Amino acid sequence: MAKVLVVAEHDGAKLNAGTAKCVRCALGLEGAEITVAVFAADGAAVAAEAAGLTGVARVLRVDRPENAHALAAVLAPQVAQLAAPFSHVFGPSTTFGKDLMPRVAALLDAPQLSDVMAVESASRFRRPTYAGNAIVTVEVEAGLKIVATVRTASFEATPAGGAAAVESVAVNVPLPAHTRFAGVSAAKSDRPDLQSATRVVSGGRALGSAENFKLIYGLADRLGAAVGASRAAVDAGFAASDLQVGQTGKIIAPELYVAIGISGAIQHLTGIKDARTIVAINKDAEAPIFEVADVGLVGDLFAIVPELEKLLTA
Amino acid sequence: MKRILVCVKRVIDFNVRVRVKPDGSGVVTDGVKLSLNPFDEIALEEALRIKERGEAQEVVAVTIGPADCQQQLRTALAMGADRAIHVVHDGGVEPLTAARAFLQIIGREQPFLVLLGKQAIDDDNNQTGQMLAALWQRPQATFASKLELAGTTACVTREVDAGLETLEVDLPAVVTADLRLNEPRYVKLPDIMKAKKKPLDSVSLADLGVVPGARVRTVRTEPPAQRQRGIMVKDCGELVAELRKRGVL
Repeated sequence: MAKVLVVAEHDGAKLNAGTAKCVRCALGLEGAEITVAVFAADGAAVAAEAAGLTGVARVLRVDRPENAHALAAVLAPQVAQLAAPFSHVFGPSTTFGKDLMPRVAALLDAPQLSDVMAVESASRFRRPTYAGNAIVTVEVEAGLKIVATVRTASFEATPAGGAAAVESVAVNVPLPAHTRFAGVSAAKSDRPDLQSATRVVSGGRALGSAENFKLIYGLADRLGAAVGASRAAVDAGFAASDLQVGQTGKIIAPELYVAIGISGAIQHLTGIKDARTIVAINKDAEAPIFEVADVGLVGDLFAIVPELEKLLTA
Repeated sequence: MKRILVCVKRVIDFNVRVRVKPDGSGVVTDGVKLSLNPFDEIALEEALRIKERGEAQEVVAVTIGPADCQQQLRTALAMGADRAIHVVHDGGVEPLTAARAFLQIIGREQPFLVLLGKQAIDDDNNQTGQMLAALWQRPQATFASKLELAGTTACVTREVDAGLETLEVDLPAVVTADLRLNEPRYVKLPDIMKAKKKPLDSVSLADLGVVPGARVRTVRTEPPAQRQRGIMVKDCGELVAELRKRGVL
């Protein structure tokens, strides 16, 4: 039987959607018993939210002032200590999980599987390599603890509706002071978060300028969508780098993805191939984005976008 | 001597369209161009810039791989690394094995900073830097887009999902490079000639006392599921009608 420890990702107040996706992935292991660990300065609210996820058997709450910010060097020894009785340790394949989990794996002398996209058995998983161009099935040697990051775009979030017990635990390991949080600057926005939005509107190089890129914001607001950008648009300075969608940016799986003035470089397509419906608007009928789009429209984006906005308002 | 160690990996060149072998045993590598992992190139560039600012005295590049990956080490030397170390090993190297080997090199070289790419673009594991920092019991700053040294500490800006995070870490530390840390320089012909005379030492994994792990076996390699080409609409009205029909609006 698989005993899975899922490391919760949160901002101190709310659980990140990636955690519920990790739980869903863990439910794919036969007879899985799932425990969620919440490391925080005060994890009451987050632990309560985790306890409500369907499929979670138990929530371990580790409150320490050092856990106010998610520093891999500080969290890893605590996760490793908690991990002793578990067969699997999962975290989301977000920058949080990618930073933390390998450090945990090294402390546990365990192999890590990155970006798990499917579970075949308790020791056999599928994951993407070569920017998603080759999918490998990997088998971990029997009897080893398995650390994994879960590709969030591959799993639906497990719904709320559970009622697991929350247990406060003390993890008494010495924590290093060599790594200190100095700040975070986020582009403050009332728009949905790109990573978890159900609708995303992205703009590419064809927008031509940061000024013109505002067109994308207008349409996104009309749709209640998050805003994304291609690497070309980011490199050209039209959009901030945290909006970048693609293999080297964010990999997303919204219900609706609207690509405007994006030609569709492989690395961009890798980031959107799990979207439910892809809409492409481009003046070049030969653009590769049309090869993957569910609905395509060839034309001038500077005419189409305002017209779409008008139609959606009506 | 203030030394920076840069760990690099040889990978299939990022411009190559990777193809899966029909028998599912891996990807096609015969006759395919091999290069330094692009993120490792960025890591090396950062090390060179630090040295050029006078904040380090020596840049050492290290790789693990078969005999012919010395070619990529020569590229690192041509970019400006002072020395290179080749840990000779045929066959695959798991991230934890790589981290153990690099830890041994750290023991020999005593760097004040270790730089790597955030991930190699072949296995896309994104593990080695973090594992190395854990084994070394030193700070890690992954996904770096800015690195400033200040005496015994470094200030690193990281590209995280929430935006840009800044960490202060004590040195020595491990920093992994993200795309926007810098733009690597082009290698000029005279530099390639000069690189041939730079020291390149070889050592085997066994010499370092590292036993390669083989705990994760690749059972099968497949191409990804392809999306089907959809339909084309003529105008905005048709587009909105189609999306309403599909229930996405």
